[in-house]
Amino acid sequence: MKRRSIFLNTTAMLGFIFLYAPIISLIVYSFNKSKLVTVWGGWSLKWYTELFNNEQIMDAALVSFNIALISASLAVVLGTMAGFVLSRMGRFRGKMILSGWITAPLIMPEVITGLSLLLLFVAMENMFGWPAGRGTGTIIIAHTTFCMAYVAVIVQSRLASMDETLEEAAMDLGAKPSSLFFLITLPLIAPALISGWLLSFTLSLDDLVIASFVSGPGNSTLPMVIFSKVRLGVTPEVNALATIMIAIVAVGVLAAMYQMRRQTKLSSGQE
Amino acid sequence: MTSSQFSELHTPTMTQTANIPLWKREGAEPFLKIENVTKKFGDFTAVDNISLDIYKNELFCLLGGSGSGKSTLLRIMAGFESATSGRIIIDGMDMAGIQPWNRPVNMMFQSYALFPHLNVADNVAFGLRREGVARSEVNKRVEKMLDMVQLGALGKRKPNQLSGGQRQRVALARSLIKRPKLLLLDEPLGALDKKLREETQFELINIQEELGVTFVVVTHDQEEAMTLATRIGVMNNGVIVQTAEPHVVYEYPNSRFVAEFVGSVNLFEGIIVEDLPDSVRIRSTEAGAELHVNHGISCAPNQVVHMAIRPEKIKISRQKPEQNVNCLHGVIEDIAYMGSLSVFKVRLASGKDVRITQPNFVRDMGARFTWHDSVYLSWDMDSSVVLTS
Amino acid sequence: MSISSGSAWVNKSASGMARYNLFRRVNWGRLGVIAVPGLWLGIFFFIPFLVVFKISLSESAIAVPPYSAMFEWNLEDAYATFKLNFGNYLYLIEDDFYLDAYISSVKIAAVSTFFTLLVGFPIAYLIARSKPSLRVVLLSLVILPFWTSFLLRVYAWMGFLKKNGIVNEFLLSTGIIDQPLIMLQTDFAVYIGIVYTYLPFMILPLYTALEKMDLTLLEAAEDLGSRPYQSFFLITLPLAIPGVIAGCLLVFIPAVGEFVIPALLGGSDTLMIGRVLWDEFFLNRDWPMASAVAIVMLVVLVLPIMLIRNAQGKEEVHS
Repeated sequence: MKRRSIFLNTTAMLGFIFLYAPIISLIVYSFNKSKLVTVWGGWSLKWYTELFNNEQIMDAALVSFNIALISASLAVVLGTMAGFVLSRMGRFRGKMILSGWITAPLIMPEVITGLSLLLLFVAMENMFGWPAGRGTGTIIIAHTTFCMAYVAVIVQSRLASMDETLEEAAMDLGAKPSSLFFLITLPLIAPALISGWLLSFTLSLDDLVIASFVSGPGNSTLPMVIFSKVRLGVTPEVNALATIMIAIVAVGVLAAMYQMRRQTKLSSGQE
Repeated sequence: MTSSQFSELHTPTMTQTANIPLWKREGAEPFLKIENVTKKFGDFTAVDNISLDIYKNELFCLLGGSGSGKSTLLRIMAGFESATSGRIIIDGMDMAGIQPWNRPVNMMFQSYALFPHLNVADNVAFGLRREGVARSEVNKRVEKMLDMVQLGALGKRKPNQLSGGQRQRVALARSLIKRPKLLLLDEPLGALDKKLREETQFELINIQEELGVTFVVVTHDQEEAMTLATRIGVMNNGVIVQTAEPHVVYEYPNSRFVAEFVGSVNLFEGIIVEDLPDSVRIRSTEAGAELHVNHGISCAPNQVVHMAIRPEKIKISRQKPEQNVNCLHGVIEDIAYMGSLSVFKVRLASGKDVRITQPNFVRDMGARFTWHDSVYLSWDMDSSVVLTS
Repeated sequence: MSISSGSAWVNKSASGMARYNLFRRVNWGRLGVIAVPGLWLGIFFFIPFLVVFKISLSESAIAVPPYSAMFEWNLEDAYATFKLNFGNYLYLIEDDFYLDAYISSVKIAAVSTFFTLLVGFPIAYLIARSKPSLRVVLLSLVILPFWTSFLLRVYAWMGFLKKNGIVNEFLLSTGIIDQPLIMLQTDFAVYIGIVYTYLPFMILPLYTALEKMDLTLLEAAEDLGSRPYQSFFLITLPLAIPGVIAGCLLVFIPAVGEFVIPALLGGSDTLMIGRVLWDEFFLNRDWPMASAVAIVMLVVLVLPIMLIRNAQGKEEVHS
């Protein structure tokens, strides 16, 4: 017994080191005075100053932030509907096809999604004159499309674990469908909507491939700028950017964990 | 048998409140009419052409195993399912097409279905708020209702901070607060442990009598049905097999299914030898003797019937009793001591096993008999029933 | 609870569903909730594939957009020409370059999936067998990197693996090697990158499968004379198979089409089909060829995608 757990602990420990070492190195070297990654030149915040003075990165960050904000919100609305279709609509003609469409973007290689959406936009522009050119709007459409799949799956699993008799009980006590949704269903799936939104926001902020296909000229998102920079080699400013993003995510995940604790307490209490 | 004792305890209280129960009065108007209700799921018939009248202030139990259709029938009354055919009439009003949120019916769910994000008081107030009742009125009624179920101090708690018994009472309070004409209870005591269940049973009866609401309870637990019900409807395969008061269901089951489902029973197969208006003689090779029953049945001679006798109605003795009829001989095959009573398994010459329960009214009663003792079994001719189906 | 076939779906609420459902009676609301995401996905997910297919059958042209039309209407002569061009597909078959790229993609994806499983299994096992309070923490630790930028995580490995990078410096200073290893811009770096970025996708389904296993099964096995390592292979592993399959497919499918990892970590000779498609599109501006590459990639992935949908369907039936 003992030996097995030592073996397990060691491998798992190595696994966690493997997961975190690169991230930690990014953080540490973002404070390195020297431009050379491997030479430690002492602590410094100079790469952060350079990052904030780099207009190209800052502009791209703003563009990406706006896109992520809008796409995540749209994805939550559409994804919630899709989640309801998957778990609360019973059967209807075409459900198999629709549920295929809902979940397929999750595993579709990004290059295919990106290429196909671009070709669609071009074809639509030729036929209807819309969308006129490509830019923020087309990126938002593309991101909404693949993010809503994630939201749908999260909402679906939340609905599936939710006792349907809760909804029946509310109806029995006189709640009409509209008030039922806002009084019972929405509060109970709210944690799923929040995590769905956050995940969509992160995915949108992070996407390089799809955005590269569907963005127009002069509409560089943050990942596109980062990619063009790091393709040529390691850049300390990107280390600083990464550290900031990791810090934001860490705070967000801690908040989400707290939220999840509360949520599991709530739902476990119902058994 | 504990259940029969309970039913005897319970029946007198009912006769005090109404000298003749409504369902026995000529021309009494039923409060809930179920007319030829059928529910099909695809090819499967869950409820098969059921008609049933339930009267005001009744506590009616639908008793049946899983898949007997009892829950489906309850859900049709609540409006969660629509009947494939047939009508439900509550207090003179046809429920067809009326949505669950508009029905004068409330339901207590088996899982309780307490809203986990609302506290106890908000859960209870939920129904009143949907009606648009004024805030002060809501508070007053919620407070009163929580006091009635002895949860006055717990209004601010969330459902997950309550014990099983407390949750059950919140669910009850929530389903009663709108003063429904009809309260449907789906296995109301199913999630409670045995001791709590016994306490709660009587509480439920008290509340029902106090409020004068008509209750329809679904349960698979025959003891629960015996204790609670004014009448029981025994269900099997989507059909109500027998509707009667608890003691009638137990003492005069109308079929082998009911006899075996409610309590335990010994059945002897036999052929009618003589069928008089007030007695029947049956020849049974299984019993190895002629059996006499003191009520008549009308059926063809030589028909195969079953005679049913409850284990606690059989006397067991070493000496041959004086009576000649309804007296069998056998050997004790097994003895189980259960504290308040002892159970004997006696094998007859035909190989048929008979189950007998004897209350241990003297200490070490069971020790008077031992394995392989040769014993006589006897019973009064008015203790048994003849079953043709 | 089957529904008699042939009835129109509007009537189905009457013909009997298992449970009452709020949207089943409010037909307009129900229709809207189905139609809005349905239309969105139809337009922005399904039709695009048809467009890709169509364009893969057209010829590359120096024009905007850079392909020729499949239909040509000639109004003066009142005839329509319908040009189907299988040239792109023929070219895909004729030129070894593409075939090699597909084979190499599948190979790289398969090898990395295998290593992801090797790394992921002990971690998933440890989490599933630890105290419930610890489980949440460990699971969050696994998922946490997934929430940080994928691009930046791949980028972090560049600093790790390059010639004067952290790994080489460490190995040189400890004297294990005396020449820096060439790791960046090799297939090895691509394997590392895929294992690293897709590890959570492997661990989560494995964990789910291992966590719901009844531990008394192991006690029963030991009681019947099985040693711990035998129990592992006879009980734990077979029961974890659904998780293994789901995890492997979740890693394999996106890995085949991966672009960022080979572009940043791979060498110029690391052939992966995602990269080929990217170059075909962005460098050669040959849209029809890129479309043909995409269609063939989809065909390659259809089998694993079907497998995973099938597994998900089974899961639903069981729950």
